[in-house]
Amino acid sequence: MDTAIPDQPASAELPAQPAERKRVLEAVLLSAREPLSLLELRRVFNDEIASDVLRVLLDELRAEWNGRSLELLPVASGWRFRTRAEFMPYLERLHPEKPPRYSRAVLETLAIIAYRQPVTRGDIEDIRGVSVATQVIRVLEERGWVDVVGHRDTPGRPALLATTKKFLDDLGLRSLAELPALAQINPTLDLSDAQPQTPAAG
Amino acid sequence: MSVCAIVEADAAAPGDDPVSPLARVYGEPLAQLPHDLYIPPDAMAVMLDAFEGPLDLLLYLIRRANVNVLDIPMAPLTEQYLTYVEAMRSQNLELAADYLVMAAMLIEIKSRMLLPRPKAPAGDEAEDPRAELVRRLIEYEQMKRAAYGLNELPQAERDFDWVEVWVEKALLRRLPEVSAQDLQNAWRGILRQAKLHTRHLVQREELSVREHMGIILRRLRAAGGFVEFVDLFDPRLGAPVLVVHFLALLELAREHLLEMTQVEAFAPIYLRLADGHGDS
Repeated sequence: MDTAIPDQPASAELPAQPAERKRVLEAVLLSAREPLSLLELRRVFNDEIASDVLRVLLDELRAEWNGRSLELLPVASGWRFRTRAEFMPYLERLHPEKPPRYSRAVLETLAIIAYRQPVTRGDIEDIRGVSVATQVIRVLEERGWVDVVGHRDTPGRPALLATTKKFLDDLGLRSLAELPALAQINPTLDLSDAQPQTPAAG
Repeated sequence: MSVCAIVEADAAAPGDDPVSPLARVYGEPLAQLPHDLYIPPDAMAVMLDAFEGPLDLLLYLIRRANVNVLDIPMAPLTEQYLTYVEAMRSQNLELAADYLVMAAMLIEIKSRMLLPRPKAPAGDEAEDPRAELVRRLIEYEQMKRAAYGLNELPQAERDFDWVEVWVEKALLRRLPEVSAQDLQNAWRGILRQAKLHTRHLVQREELSVREHMGIILRRLRAAGGFVEFVDLFDPRLGAPVLVVHFLALLELAREHLLEMTQVEAFAPIYLRLADGHGDS
């Protein structure tokens, strides 16, 4: 295979071999600060590779990284390398300050915005049955997961909240359709269901 | 105010006589409060944080009682709920506000259950007074589980880090290439610019006509009072000096300190001291 690659002077010419192209993609993706969309990745090759060909290359590249400490992931904004979750405990030892876990109030608010968007604060309060603290919304806005997408045409013109692309990116999702399915609520709740540790049926 | 009154009345009951049946769930009398509902007073503060609101508390009560959410026994549920709220009220009034609203709603539903239901028009089933509560409970339950599901998803910075290979930007910085031709063009450009910006420096040279008048007189006197015109001017001194020199000459002539003579046109001009005396 090595002999098949002709000796060429180092230049920005379009690499002919898929293997070469994958190395280029790898270098570009590893050094990127943001997820790279197919459009941006095509630009790397002067738009000379079709999107579907690129998709195949990316899927192959992703497969090549199987079993390594990094994985290539398609998210809402594009493709990006991330560390595998199993290595996080080791990474955290270098950064002892652990990211704060979100409270139930924050998580439930986030869930309502994610599954029922766009919603107003009033909608959230209706569903949760308690008033929503400004701080809860602010935590989500500061994380860049939630923003105001408009105002409902009712008295007070309340802000309509929706989730952002960054929310999908950070949860490794490509679209809202990939959110975990809502659980069917059984009318009769078994005692076993009452344990919050029971994972929701897939 | 009526809410509070009912709350206190109901809350007093379990403490007075714990042996008498407190409630009937599906016809079965409950002789004592369910184990999980017994909340020691000093544990209250901890318990308060455990529930996210009245809906959360209601769901907890319903689950523990293992009853059908579509057929909630309102009386025992309301009673249990009020017991809890009363305990809460004695500890934390502010937090109880949301819970009191729910208490009022439960009592209202309980009352409407006792009244004969109005006939629904067109043979529809009469609406269950609990319908709205059930709808809200189910919706909240769903979102509560969704929140749990979201929290289970691997989360950036918590469960994984994005990879960004550190690229030595200094290595990547490309210095622009410069050819000799570019340099030449640049230099020509500078020269063109310089020409546009050329200016005459006007400097006041202190040339006094009076001073030159003195110089001329001394010169004439040294030369014996008689000098040819052209000998008086030294071109090497530059135009300004020559002009002033000439002006001084004219001034001397005007003041009749010297005479200029010329025999004929284009003949040499001679200068002579008017007093006719030279040094020699």
